[in-house]
Amino acid sequence: MIRKILTTLSFFTIIFVSALHADQKKIGFIYIGPPGDHGWTYMHDQGRIYMENALGDSISTTYIENVPENADAVRAIRKLAASGHDLIFTTSFNYMDQTLEVAKEFPDVKFEHATGFKRMDNVSTYSARFYEGRTIIGHIAGKMTKTNTIGYIVSFPIPEVIRGINAFYLAAAKVNPDVKIKIIWNYSWYDPGKEADAANTLINQGADIIVQHTDSYAPCQAAEKAGVLAFGQASNQEAFCPNAHMTSIEDIWGPYYAAKAQAVVDGTWGSEDTWQGFKDGMVEMSPYNTKLLPLDLILEAKNMETAIENGTLHSFEGPIYNQAGELVVKEGEVADDGMLAGMMFYVQGIDGEVPQ
Amino acid sequence: MNIDLVIGILNIVLISTTPLVFAGIGELVTEKSGVLNLGLEGLMLVGAVTGFITLVLTGNYFYSLFFSIISGVILSGMFAFLVLNLITNQIATGLALTIFGIGLSAMLGKKFSGTPIEGLNPYYFIVISFLLVFMVSYFLSNTKSGLIVRAVGEDHNSAYALGYNVIKTRYMTIIFGGVMSSLAGFYISICYAPMWQEGMTAGRGWIALALVVFATWKPWRLLVGAYIFGGVAIMQMNLQAIGVKLPGQFFNMMPYLATIIVLVFISSNKLRLRLSAPASLNIPFEKDQ
Repeated sequence: MIRKILTTLSFFTIIFVSALHADQKKIGFIYIGPPGDHGWTYMHDQGRIYMENALGDSISTTYIENVPENADAVRAIRKLAASGHDLIFTTSFNYMDQTLEVAKEFPDVKFEHATGFKRMDNVSTYSARFYEGRTIIGHIAGKMTKTNTIGYIVSFPIPEVIRGINAFYLAAAKVNPDVKIKIIWNYSWYDPGKEADAANTLINQGADIIVQHTDSYAPCQAAEKAGVLAFGQASNQEAFCPNAHMTSIEDIWGPYYAAKAQAVVDGTWGSEDTWQGFKDGMVEMSPYNTKLLPLDLILEAKNMETAIENGTLHSFEGPIYNQAGELVVKEGEVADDGMLAGMMFYVQGIDGEVPQ
Repeated sequence: MNIDLVIGILNIVLISTTPLVFAGIGELVTEKSGVLNLGLEGLMLVGAVTGFITLVLTGNYFYSLFFSIISGVILSGMFAFLVLNLITNQIATGLALTIFGIGLSAMLGKKFSGTPIEGLNPYYFIVISFLLVFMVSYFLSNTKSGLIVRAVGEDHNSAYALGYNVIKTRYMTIIFGGVMSSLAGFYISICYAPMWQEGMTAGRGWIALALVVFATWKPWRLLVGAYIFGGVAIMQMNLQAIGVKLPGQFFNMMPYLATIIVLVFISSNKLRLRLSAPASLNIPFEKDQ
């Protein structure tokens, strides 16, 4: 008898719970690395957690980590789409075609692809204007360097990375025309040992500031050990190099993720392209290190942040020349998004050539 | 050229090459006894994560080193049991060990990833790596046990017929290789780039494997080869930093390319191949043959 009651009760509970969750939206994420990388994927995962907290019970989230940027990505994305997810974020540039492939098979599922440029009715793209942060650190580096040599460790020659180098150099050269940047291409996003080697090589060649566009905190650690300064990447890395870390450029995805999830819940989601920076809070600077930076420089940096938000300062203000000395952005103008999105050249003043 | 700059470059080369020497010399001994262990990458990762976790929990470098080595003994002991007692395929088992090590290290290290630690001075280990190469070289050519290892690797049936314990010898060499790999991993996560992050060895296990062939199974050549690989990698960074345009991707594949060239070279001369490669390499041994 008791057994029967319990069975009936549990049956009703199941119905009740499923009714409660019937309109709960399922949101999935595809990550290129582990959420514990303290860089790119970590910040996307922080965005996911922010979204969960903001929307509460109206959504539930899932993620798949360490998804390679090849045919495996199709299987991972399809797995999420086929298991009833309403919105799927694919968080790396080279998931682009794979996202579109699955999106064609599942027209009712919404997709959001990070840093890409191909859209469909059910595929949006979004990215952050990280280069605005590069302008700030370029300014700081130009003022803080004593050897006038800055070491810059980079991953792959793609527009996002080259745009960052240019924005950094333009800001640094503006306050310090003698500044030189030494660039090492590592051809990997993530190899702590190699990143440390590159940092040590640059320091050995006279760099007193290390900038990175790779994913581990090994360069900042190497700088700390050698007693030079550094900027972190993607997330606040102060804990790993407290005496070297001046600030980091942080990627803040949470509010955007929450807004898009809300749009799916409300049924107002539409395909669009989003490219936001300081103004919308998608890029932020970590707290400036008051032990290392003079107060007036911190104020200058904060004013620059505000100026970029207001639109009175732009990272790519003319006149800008390329290495051949040709004028690419006229005086009084700023580089348009088209030029920024496809930027594959160094500005005048940077030594070396963009690798092909 | 500025002398400080040269010393600086040498310094970086020494620091970055040492893990290759450790993993390579261990694998060399394993292969000399006729066993191919493709699990170096997995062993290194588990060694790295075990050392890191122990250091975070105890704050003691000695315990950290100890448990890192223990992880190598356990994992390579498992490998030895599979390939020696159960006579599984060495290549498949080695690959499985790598895949297992990648997954296991990621799982164990999840909570510890991103914990800041104080790194250990790498210079002790650099000195130890040179000493090890000397000792292994002496062992293999000047001691009775070393000659037994080589005999087992050349022709296990003859060695068995002469009364040598093939299985026991191979257990020893496999575990020695495992310990060296985990030491390489420990060095990477505690000295070289003091941190733990998933997959942080980034393919160095495979380079160490290539290195053994490149060195044609000779300890001193292995040391030279490791420093050629490491030196070229650091030199290309230096050239890039002074503005010389280089094909960076080419340098990433250089170790493998060089190994293929050596393979082609030694394979073209049958005698040369026979003199260097252990004849029983990757051939299973069954007592009742």
